[in-house]
Amino acid sequence: MLDISPAEWTAILLSLRVAVIATLVATPFGIALAWLLARRDFWGKSALDALVHLPLVLPPVVTGYLLLLTFGRRGLVGGFLADHLGIVFAFRWTGAALACGVMSFPLLVRPMRLSIEAIDRRLEQAAETLGAAPWKVFFTVTLPLALPGVLAGMVLGFAKAIGEFGATITFVSNIPGETQTISSAIYSLIQTPDGDAAAARLVAISVVLALGALVASEWFARRATARLHGN
Amino acid sequence: MLRVDVEKQLGEFSLSAAFTSEGRVTGLFGASGAGKTSLVNMIAGLLRPDRGSIAIDGDVVDDTAAGIHVPAWRRRVGYVFQDARLFPHLNVAQNLDYGRRMNGLARDEAQRRRVVDLLDIGALLDRRPGKLSGGERQRVALGRALLAKPRLLLLDEPLGALDEARKLEILPYLVRLRDEANIPMVYVSHDVAELRQLATQIVMLKQGRVTSFGGVKVLT
Repeated sequence: MLDISPAEWTAILLSLRVAVIATLVATPFGIALAWLLARRDFWGKSALDALVHLPLVLPPVVTGYLLLLTFGRRGLVGGFLADHLGIVFAFRWTGAALACGVMSFPLLVRPMRLSIEAIDRRLEQAAETLGAAPWKVFFTVTLPLALPGVLAGMVLGFAKAIGEFGATITFVSNIPGETQTISSAIYSLIQTPDGDAAAARLVAISVVLALGALVASEWFARRATARLHGN
Repeated sequence: MLRVDVEKQLGEFSLSAAFTSEGRVTGLFGASGAGKTSLVNMIAGLLRPDRGSIAIDGDVVDDTAAGIHVPAWRRRVGYVFQDARLFPHLNVAQNLDYGRRMNGLARDEAQRRRVVDLLDIGALLDRRPGKLSGGERQRVALGRALLAKPRLLLLDEPLGALDEARKLEILPYLVRLRDEANIPMVYVSHDVAELRQLATQIVMLKQGRVTSFGGVKVLT
């Protein structure tokens, strides 16, 4: 049976915290961006689209290094945040959340964008003729109809965030209790002579979490179809 | 009173229409492609004219010369679309209540009951739009538009998507609406029989131009 040690628990709970925070913080940005990409035409749209997808194709170590350069203590943004707001990312769990958020962002945005694109815009027109201001149309028609896609994106983003490794370890290293997530714990364990059993346990947990997220995401996608057809 | 004098270029198609109607039901008649829907969309505020003006009861909602364009949501113009466009994530009761909520109007149970009775939709209130027949959907769409308390009601071929039997089912409701609701209407159709029954004035549209205007007699 699974006999999880305190150190492993620490890694699991840290992973969950990092992934939950990363997903929750990324979601409003994800919705805004998905709406922008689905609905607006503007100069630089393809560039923005490419930028969002960049973490998907860049080597994670490169993304991690770029994060370190930008958000590290001596980074342009990181220095400013540390000096003026007291927010530090480097070698902290918050940095792990940032890395996970950036890496999972493309996966989080995609289902949201698709679900907004699938909405019949004539329903939004109908809402307008009934007296709904544009922001009310968004919150009473667009967002509720896109909700299953939004949830699917959140679940997918969460699954990606919980498994993120390359960018996280590059940016915030592998400090037990602070930045050592499940993935970096597995990495450490398989380099230790008798770490195999512990590694196997964490691997099993990762697989369960990832599969669960995929199933949930699929379920939300099916809900979306039902919702659009008014059943 | 509805005063329209607009021009709009839509690709190859040019629409240029002017009329003033005092009638209770202004019938907008023409073949498909005559520009009826574009004209109605301009009255609703969903489409912006290139040039011209629109006034509802003396209130100017569009005037390109003066730079006036009141957005659709501030016009208080009800719109019943050919395809109903009920909100699929809301049930019938919530669809009916939508306009009241968006306009911040107080609950008016008496008015709601009158409209529900007028359209015979009391039995449908808990259903989702996906579970309604075409005729039921159209009746709910009518009720939804009415309950937003519009000062003008636009009906764009509300029977267009229905078969003959369903049309005959809805027509009496529309007649009752005309006689009881006391809201001026613009009724778009390419069906002479429908307009004879409902309209009090006719605007005939052909290839983007008004070709005749007058009583129901112009249909013959």
